[in-house]
Amino acid sequence: MKAIIYIVCTFLSIFFFWELAVRLANPPPYILPTPYSVLVAFKENSLLIYEHSIVTIVEVLIGLTIGIILGMITALTLEIFVTARLILRPLLIFSQSIPVFAVAPLLTLWLGYGILSKVVMAILIIYFPVTSAFHDGLSQTPKRYLDLAKTMRGTNRRNLLYLKIPHSIPSLCSGIKLASVYAPIGAVIGEWVGSSQGLGYLMILANGRVKTDLMFASLFTLGILSITLFGLISYLLQISLSKYLKA
Amino acid sequence: MMSSTSPSIELIGSVRSESEVLFGDLRLAVRANQWTCLLGTSGIGKSTILRLIAGLPTHVKLDGSIKSNDHLPISNRVSYMAQNDLLIPWATVSANVSLGNKLRGEKFSPEKKLKIIEKVGLMDHKKKYPFQLSGGQRQRAALARTLMENTPIVLLDEPFGSLDSNTREEMIDLTFESLKGKTVLFVTHDPHEAARLCESIYILGRQKTTSNRSLKPPFPKTYSDKLVFDLQYSLLEKIKSNRS
Repeated sequence: MKAIIYIVCTFLSIFFFWELAVRLANPPPYILPTPYSVLVAFKENSLLIYEHSIVTIVEVLIGLTIGIILGMITALTLEIFVTARLILRPLLIFSQSIPVFAVAPLLTLWLGYGILSKVVMAILIIYFPVTSAFHDGLSQTPKRYLDLAKTMRGTNRRNLLYLKIPHSIPSLCSGIKLASVYAPIGAVIGEWVGSSQGLGYLMILANGRVKTDLMFASLFTLGILSITLFGLISYLLQISLSKYLKA
Repeated sequence: MMSSTSPSIELIGSVRSESEVLFGDLRLAVRANQWTCLLGTSGIGKSTILRLIAGLPTHVKLDGSIKSNDHLPISNRVSYMAQNDLLIPWATVSANVSLGNKLRGEKFSPEKKLKIIEKVGLMDHKKKYPFQLSGGQRQRAALARTLMENTPIVLLDEPFGSLDSNTREEMIDLTFESLKGKTVLFVTHDPHEAARLCESIYILGRQKTTSNRSLKPPFPKTYSDKLVFDLQYSLLEKIKSNRS
């Protein structure tokens, strides 16, 4: 509760000083609008923002789901097969040296201006954090548990199922939370590069027409959506996996 | 599931790591149906011997052999109980007790499990998680898991080491009583525990491992037994002289 009050106060004071700064310096509204005019733009364009938000949300949710599943499968593959570890891991790390921004035009070229290129973008950006976090957890299962499992004559498959996977759940959760923050970034990059829908598209559009207040309204919407997604996912993970997350 | 007659085990050979000789001339006879103690100072490599017998990976090499009198493999009929209770933090006491069955994918009787949990006095705690238990209760849970495994050979690695003295007394009696009929190899640095519980006592040293006199059955001896004190004292002297 206390934390919420702090956050609200912080934001209120940021808006206050922003409003104050704009009134004092008086820049043209297309350079920096006041928070109030952003609010007005938000209200006037709420339907427009809503429609484009839905597109982005759908892209993010699909990308997030597929990305998390792919990441988990990869991590398990890395853990189970030594050969996969030798071949895939250097490849994965190399792939991270290529900025996702640089791939975005290619994806649009290959997959078109529709939702698919954005979903793939989101998948690309979250795949590595999920894989890496989950695999770290799996491979760091304490040796003493695995020794115990060995004296109990547990099979590899069951050790994975009952010891390694449960042990790695906290790291997997960190990976998923990180993914929930990254996925909207991926989708919006995709929209910037080429699309006719989505919050990213709306931002480019508003920017091109010097509707800076609408640009800000879209930006804030994106921020709020991202935070909500993060909060929701953290909460769901916490309640569904609480026994694995306790100290 | 497995033969319930406990075998005796013989370990002969030398144990060395890459850089040093841990035990030059090791001769251990772990007799069936009784407690055998490996006594030695911390860091001498007592646990390593247990790991060798359990077939777990170690940093050492054994030049020699580990044999049982029935010539059957050993490492698939041992259970292991350590100072660190090794309970799985995300599983309840009850789930921890049957962990072995789960890892082997075998069916087990829930009645048998409840009986064991009752025996170690954790009926009221069976749905709790390890972090909700006291040190003594955790060790009881570990004992219950060992009993559930019901292997003829039990390796104990300082299982009473982290307990306060009252809890330790209870645990000693409970553990000894419930492991009757098994071949028990008990590692400790405490001469008192060795004197009270073990029918064979080995004092581990770098150069040589000596078999020491032990008390006559029945075991366990009580806390205040005069003979325990005498033996305890002479054991302590020998450990000291072994170290220097």
